[in-house]
Amino acid sequence: MSVYIPITPSDRAGMLERIGVQSEAVLFEDIPEKIRLKEGLDLGKPMSEHELMKELGALAAKNAPASCRPCFLGAGAYDRLIPSVIRHMTSRSEFYTAYTPYQPEISQGTLQAIFEFQTMIASLTGMDVANASMYDGASACAEAVIMAARQTRRGRVLVSETLHPDTRRVIDTYARFNSIEPVSVPAKQGVTDMEALSSLVGDDVCGVVVQSPNFFGLIEDAAAAADITHGKGALYIAYTSDALSLAVLKSPGASGADIAVGEGQSFGIPMCYGGPWLGFMAVKAPLMRKLPGRIVGQSVDMDGKRSFVLTLQAREQHIRREKATSNICSNQGLNALSATIYLSLLGADGLKEAAKRSMDGARYLKAQLEAAGFKALYSGPFFDEFAFALPGDTARAEAALQAAGYVGGLALDGLLPAADAAGDGLGAMLVCVTEKRTREELDGFVSALRAAY
Amino acid sequence: MAKHYDKLIFEISSDGKEGYLLPDTGVEGDFSKDAIPEELARADEPVLPRVSEPEAVRHFTRLSQENYGVDGGFYPLGSCTMKYNPKINEDAAAMEAFCGLHPCQPESDAQGVLRLMYELGEMLSEITGMAQFSLQPAAGAHGELSGLMIFKAWHEKNGQADRKRIIVPDSSHGTNPASAAEAGFEIVQIKSAADGTVDIDALAAALDDKTAGLMLTNPNTLGLFETRIGEIADMVHSAGGLLYYDGANMNAIMGYARPGDMGFDVVHVNTHKTFSTPHGGGGPGAGPIGVSAALAPYLPGPVVARSGDFYTLEAAGENSIGKVRSFYGSIGVLVRAWCYIKTMGGDGLKSASETAVLNANYLKELLKGKYKLPYDVVCKHEFVLDGLAEAQGGVRTLDVAKRLIDLGYHPPTIYFPLIVENAIMIEPTETESLETLDSFAEAMLRVADEAVSCPDILLEAPTTALVRRIDELKAAKEPVLVWQG
Repeated sequence: MSVYIPITPSDRAGMLERIGVQSEAVLFEDIPEKIRLKEGLDLGKPMSEHELMKELGALAAKNAPASCRPCFLGAGAYDRLIPSVIRHMTSRSEFYTAYTPYQPEISQGTLQAIFEFQTMIASLTGMDVANASMYDGASACAEAVIMAARQTRRGRVLVSETLHPDTRRVIDTYARFNSIEPVSVPAKQGVTDMEALSSLVGDDVCGVVVQSPNFFGLIEDAAAAADITHGKGALYIAYTSDALSLAVLKSPGASGADIAVGEGQSFGIPMCYGGPWLGFMAVKAPLMRKLPGRIVGQSVDMDGKRSFVLTLQAREQHIRREKATSNICSNQGLNALSATIYLSLLGADGLKEAAKRSMDGARYLKAQLEAAGFKALYSGPFFDEFAFALPGDTARAEAALQAAGYVGGLALDGLLPAADAAGDGLGAMLVCVTEKRTREELDGFVSALRAAY
Repeated sequence: MAKHYDKLIFEISSDGKEGYLLPDTGVEGDFSKDAIPEELARADEPVLPRVSEPEAVRHFTRLSQENYGVDGGFYPLGSCTMKYNPKINEDAAAMEAFCGLHPCQPESDAQGVLRLMYELGEMLSEITGMAQFSLQPAAGAHGELSGLMIFKAWHEKNGQADRKRIIVPDSSHGTNPASAAEAGFEIVQIKSAADGTVDIDALAAALDDKTAGLMLTNPNTLGLFETRIGEIADMVHSAGGLLYYDGANMNAIMGYARPGDMGFDVVHVNTHKTFSTPHGGGGPGAGPIGVSAALAPYLPGPVVARSGDFYTLEAAGENSIGKVRSFYGSIGVLVRAWCYIKTMGGDGLKSASETAVLNANYLKELLKGKYKLPYDVVCKHEFVLDGLAEAQGGVRTLDVAKRLIDLGYHPPTIYFPLIVENAIMIEPTETESLETLDSFAEAMLRVADEAVSCPDILLEAPTTALVRRIDELKAAKEPVLVWQG
């Protein structure tokens, strides 16, 4: 008997009688004998809550979470402050045990929260409309590429070399199965080479994907890239891997983006070893009816009360089937709620301040590293991540930082553009400084590194 | 019951308020002044509210009170498996040891989570009879997309790139054809037979040397087991195609039958259906996919491997379809699924399916008569009614659904599957008591009576919810998708 199953043996007897069968086994006789499972599932005995937590506790003890140490890893996942209010609100079971808001009269909470999310994301990205349906930034970016290909009926997409490698991999996967050819745009000094972009963009290009701040932390000249893109009638797809940067950087919309996609994990969502996170997608009005997934719209009820409802459903799979804009049928509801709460608590000022503190810390760290003899790889403007060269192999730095209790940055071995590779036996590291890092931690990081070489 | 709350967060904002205090970092000096050149910097202020913490908490609490969740009441939403979400699983997923892990940490820092992922893959293999799992897909539809990409990659590898057609029954979930299209396939839809199952002749006629495969839900969306599955699998395989199992209805057969044993080549499971992880108002979920041994090299990478007591992330080989999302999957969701399977054990899962099927058949017996039952046979975990047997005043299925809201229930799925015109699709799950099932049946029968005696009650419904029926046409014709200020 499971504590999650309320039907008693005597209930069963009565129910079987009402159905008119002798036993539950009869209800499964439509499964042909040949494929009916003879043995029980080999999954052990049911565990009590207490036993479960003991076993899980033993596994937990084998994890050394970055969030509990000074963490300098960024590269797509950000160790940011998460207000306690978020967990309390998302733990309200009216939110987390609800389904997709198909019945709007009893789902106004989810619907309004998504409407608020759409408003915030559209504004932060400088776009007209946003959905709340993307799984994560990388798959959102791949969906954007498909959208661009369908919209322009062209088969090549240009992807900057400075894009997060995971996002590039996901684009490659989706592109392969949609007969889209991804073409790399080389980088120069850590940013997209605009001359190369100009020469690559042609009448057969559906879109151009550029990330800013890019994988190396540098701020791209998105407006220039968008101009070049539009010159050939292609769509400019702006990718944001660290959503906090939107607080201080010119928005994708203001830079001329047609589609803004990215990862919203920075907005109050735990790193959680990579998921579940929060992709976002926002577009300018002409692309509104091409958006994938769920969209919430404002309307009125029979009494004229403002209310919210899933809308523009003629795009979606349950109506359009194979002609839908996408196969996505979920929304990222609970994580969109987390982000909405995060953005509400911080507000415009708090968000800007969190971004500023991250930037201050990153610049302080860069100055200290330079003073200690380490060289930054690039000199362009950056947000809160930057790459620097190591005077020896990366493993040495990683080991020293780990021993000193730090979660070091990302080893860039094999991830740098060929022209920027440090050379044999020399490594490079990408570090991130969030608003969580204190001066003491930054100083300690530099000392540990200095001691390593 | 709370009163309807009619404020957007932006409408309770006032200057000078803040909701979160940032700690002092100790970094002194304005290092970031002028760090971003003016042409790259944000000029406008984003539309975000200024609220204090208590105001934010009240706002979102009041929003939550406008929602109906499984904890508050019965949610017989067919095809969605709205079972109880165990609380201990929430505690587990909230552990800092899991949610504080950065995905780029070295494997040695992540042995606990890697082992959990490895074990979950093994457990799902045992439940489904598949050789190997990838936990990467982020949702059921994402699993479908990944699985169909595997179909395509496999055919291409075998020199059969012209196998471009995926067959789906007309009773299938809309995601099936949509996923197949997104994986680059053409769709061939076949009609269901009179008994609601796959029409073998229609299938035979659809199969040819262009067939890439068949997508099937079993039990199907009518809640009926495809008894000729062995024959179907043989037909598809001998035509050179592959078989995809849409795991949406897995809650019907755990411990009784396994897709792997039925001949399926790729399977996805919806952790948020079968394995009790919360739906969260629509997500996030997880849609792990399992494959036969022959297709294992095509799975997205990396996959977790074990070497003695050490767990590693193995990069994908050359046949892999590649990545379908960043990093490794919806880990927080997968932790809950692992907990659920552990707390149920093999016998518990079997009992869950057995009870889900018992509950569905029981409700079906109580409701048939006053509601049309197009397929009056033993069902699995859900069943589909074809609307009211008798009604006045133009009352239809939608009105039944809205009236159920007044009576305190979340309505069943309506107008799906598409092959049943007035469909009311009911899935009670195993986590409801007999008392709840009886009360719900009583409510449904009462609504059926009202549909004849006082149809206006249905047409006006709901009247007790915080808002009444919403003008959906207006929402679509004059889209207002962001706050207008």
